[in-house]
Amino acid sequence: MEFIILLGAPLLGALILGVFGGRRLAPEVNVGFSLVTFLAACALTSRIVAHGNLLVAREQFFIDAFNVFLVTLTAFVGLTTSLFSRPYMRIEAEHGRVSSGQQRLYHSMYQLFMATMLIALTTNNMGLVWVAMEAATLSTVLLVTLYRTPASLEAGWKYFILCGVGISQALFGTILLYFAAEKVLGSEGVSALLWTHLNAVKGQLEPSVLGLAFVFLLVGYGTKVGLAPLHNWLPDAHAEGPTPISAVLSGLLLNVAMYAVVRCKVLVEGSLQSSLPGRMLMGFGLLSVVLAAFFLWRQRDVKRLFAYSSIEHMGIIAFAFGMGGPVANFAALLHMTVHSLTKSSIFFAVGHATQKAGSQIMDNIRGLITLSPTVGWGLMMGTLAILGTPPFGVFASEFLILTTAMKQQPWATPILLLALGVAFAAIFGRVQSMVFGDTSAKRLPHPPALIPVFTHLGLVLLLGFFIPPYLADWYRAAARLIGGE
Amino acid sequence: MNVFDWIVQLMGIALAVAAAPVFVGWVNQCRAWLQNKSAPSLLQPYRGIRKLFHKDAVIAENASRLFRLAPYVVFGAMVTAAAVIPSIATRLPFTQAADAIALVGLLATARVFLSLAAMDVGTAFGTLGARREMMIGFLAEPALLVVIFVVSLTCATTALPMIAERLSAQSFTLNPSLAFTAVAFTMVLLAENARIPVDNPATHLELTMIHEALLLEYSARHLALMEWAAALKLFNYACIGLAMFIPWGIATSHAPLRLAVSVMLLGVKLLVAGAGLALIETLSAKLRVFRAPEFLATAFLFAVLGLLVRLLLGA
Amino acid sequence: MNMTALPWDLQLLNALAALLLLLSFAMLSQRRIVALVDLLALQGALLCIATLLLAWRTGSRHLFVSAALTLGLKVIFLPWLLHRLIRRLGVYWDTEPLLNIAGTMLVGVLVVIFAFGLAQPITALASTATRNSIGIALAVILIAFLTMITRRKAMSQVVGFLSMENGLFFGAMSATYGMPMIVELGVALDVLVAMLVLGVFFFQIREQFDSLDLKHLESLKEDQ
Repeated sequence: MEFIILLGAPLLGALILGVFGGRRLAPEVNVGFSLVTFLAACALTSRIVAHGNLLVAREQFFIDAFNVFLVTLTAFVGLTTSLFSRPYMRIEAEHGRVSSGQQRLYHSMYQLFMATMLIALTTNNMGLVWVAMEAATLSTVLLVTLYRTPASLEAGWKYFILCGVGISQALFGTILLYFAAEKVLGSEGVSALLWTHLNAVKGQLEPSVLGLAFVFLLVGYGTKVGLAPLHNWLPDAHAEGPTPISAVLSGLLLNVAMYAVVRCKVLVEGSLQSSLPGRMLMGFGLLSVVLAAFFLWRQRDVKRLFAYSSIEHMGIIAFAFGMGGPVANFAALLHMTVHSLTKSSIFFAVGHATQKAGSQIMDNIRGLITLSPTVGWGLMMGTLAILGTPPFGVFASEFLILTTAMKQQPWATPILLLALGVAFAAIFGRVQSMVFGDTSAKRLPHPPALIPVFTHLGLVLLLGFFIPPYLADWYRAAARLIGGE
Repeated sequence: MNVFDWIVQLMGIALAVAAAPVFVGWVNQCRAWLQNKSAPSLLQPYRGIRKLFHKDAVIAENASRLFRLAPYVVFGAMVTAAAVIPSIATRLPFTQAADAIALVGLLATARVFLSLAAMDVGTAFGTLGARREMMIGFLAEPALLVVIFVVSLTCATTALPMIAERLSAQSFTLNPSLAFTAVAFTMVLLAENARIPVDNPATHLELTMIHEALLLEYSARHLALMEWAAALKLFNYACIGLAMFIPWGIATSHAPLRLAVSVMLLGVKLLVAGAGLALIETLSAKLRVFRAPEFLATAFLFAVLGLLVRLLLGA
Repeated sequence: MNMTALPWDLQLLNALAALLLLLSFAMLSQRRIVALVDLLALQGALLCIATLLLAWRTGSRHLFVSAALTLGLKVIFLPWLLHRLIRRLGVYWDTEPLLNIAGTMLVGVLVVIFAFGLAQPITALASTATRNSIGIALAVILIAFLTMITRRKAMSQVVGFLSMENGLFFGAMSATYGMPMIVELGVALDVLVAMLVLGVFFFQIREQFDSLDLKHLESLKEDQ
């Protein structure tokens, strides 16, 4: 069955690459496993589209409209990142920054990370969501510190401790959730932790306990989303690791954490029958957007710059989910997709740029367009995309979110517009001088392979113009599921 | 309240006053045993007091009346406290006055007079000792009060004899709150009575003294009364502790048999308590003076934990 | 006076809960790292005894397995691993914490009061025999968090983190007689892997900085 392949391929890949990951063909094997995972995800998607929601393995795994597109997105970005990382890690090895043992660790942890994210997305058991999220964190800690520089060690430590502490709060929230559920669903087996069962009885769950549980769950999983003020680990972790890891962390893990938050929000809103969870999400979201926009000005490192941009966009998504309702949810889901694709493509381009320039400090990168037009244009277009320039997809989702905000939460609209404007100015100014500045370096003899970058950007552009009907149906079905108003 | 009650009351006071020096002697004896030394006889403190009474008092020229008065006030306060604490019986004439908080106040009075007298003559060591004593006292009193709060909460009264009666009436239960407060009380006892780890009672190095420094200027009968008062203070604290935490055996009526049994049990309990005290003293090292607040903060912490556990678990 | 005597096993559970709270405070004030790890092992042992008592009282088989898991992981393996790390890394003492010990203890007391207050609604709704200990579990979690904040050596922060996990486990036990087995196994696995990852991590840190003092890990600022 496709589902077994979906989870089995990355796990098998982790095992095999754990032994052979330092060999010459390891990056190709990595790509191979990612391809298999992606194909399994596509097959699973078509099955869902044909037959509707799916429960696997005695209700332990649940695939519905909300998580199936996230699964496909994860597998797709995983594939393209593995394609990107092939030449990238080769060059890193040539420069002597990564040893063969570290290559082995990198490749096996990459596949393990994919596996844990997929488990977190597809499991029906709220406890297992927690276990998988923590496992995802752990599998990437050693990757963040791969280069063993002082900065990366500090980033890894902050990542480990802050995410670890945060996620412990989420465990307490899960315990409270189980506590409330046990009264209604009984303590036999794991019924009281299965999301489908909880969703069916959410009206009967004790509101005070669920309210308290949501606070802990939001703080816990919100730390992993990077919501301010719990975001301290994010810029460091995304900036100090190897670029492929920055791409998957920014593009994928934040989405998975957001997914967990939204699943919990659905339950809590059903129990509380009030808009408190939505308002909390909106508050955190707005705070993240504003904080990130203002911190963007002070950045000198290009990857930190884009890491803060991730915080900002996650804030927008959180704000949209907080507002609730069909349009806002649709927009948030669309935004999750396009942000994922765009941010990873930016990191691909940035990765090539920093490799050429030998440094991540923006002042040291100049004139990418002369150095290598593909990298220069890739970065420029990616930046324009992420900043919400039409006709890219990000513009469409941000537009929808802003118009909904104007109707439902008018007080927030000026704040959002201001923050988005500030971010635009900050990022665009920096990227412009990076891409178009003067440089005395000569053009590179051969262009780097940038298929992943342009594939992603192409998709984002497409989504800006035209959302395929099945995709739009998915989003609408998922939006209905998430509900809230 | 008949004559017999009054006789029992006076006997109790006399017993306390007489037995206090022996108690101190017993603690010294145990400590010597633990340290593999030979101790002076158990009655040595008596001999010391008697010797002091025979001497002529030498008083500084600039000492005020407070200086001469203080030993009597302190000794009187300790004797009053001994009268109020239910060491052998709970239904005595002074029972109505036996409020635990008032008791703390009485002990505080003694401490205030002691410190004032030490500062009276104006020597450096006297003032040093007085300030240190007040620091210890200021930190130990909240801990002691919280201990009393917890015990009062458990028994719904602050009268010490009633506490003793009610606690001895119920069957043995594991009360974490009382366990914590017992530990806190022991720590306060160590601090207030100038025991190791807070203060070394046998030191002659003035810079390390806390309690001894207060007595440096006294001689002859004044010194005798002060030393006796110190011994009585230890005895009183021990009896308070026993009444709150190990109250079984205290006589609730005045049948002579019950009283005799009570006195004997008290003797046994004090023997064990004295040995325990000597053990704690031998196992600990004296803390540096600026660490004493940490020690007392820990005692306060234990007491507050006991209170919180009592409020939460109801146990 | 309303002191009715509870059955002896419930009294023992209450006593164990109080001891757990005491241990958290002891860890808050302890400066020797070896002693800190021993206190953690003792905390694990108390948890194991409490789980066994509950298992015996409720007759639930999965609590027995849970107790065995706690014993193996938290009492035997993790302290052994930490001791080994301490020996090989040579970190024996923690430096003076940011707030002095007495102040930290007082903040700890305030935290405990807050935790007890926060746990009131949950206690009111619970139906387990140990529902009063939920407040204590939350207090242990928050005090462990406080321990982590006030420490400067990486090793002490890790011990604080593990103590937080202990508190979570105790909370789960008091409120719902433990989580489903699969979740507990998952959590135990995560903790185990986290410690192994940390072991590797500590060596990397030590290699780079020749020290496990966290002040070396605070240099990344915003404008870099």
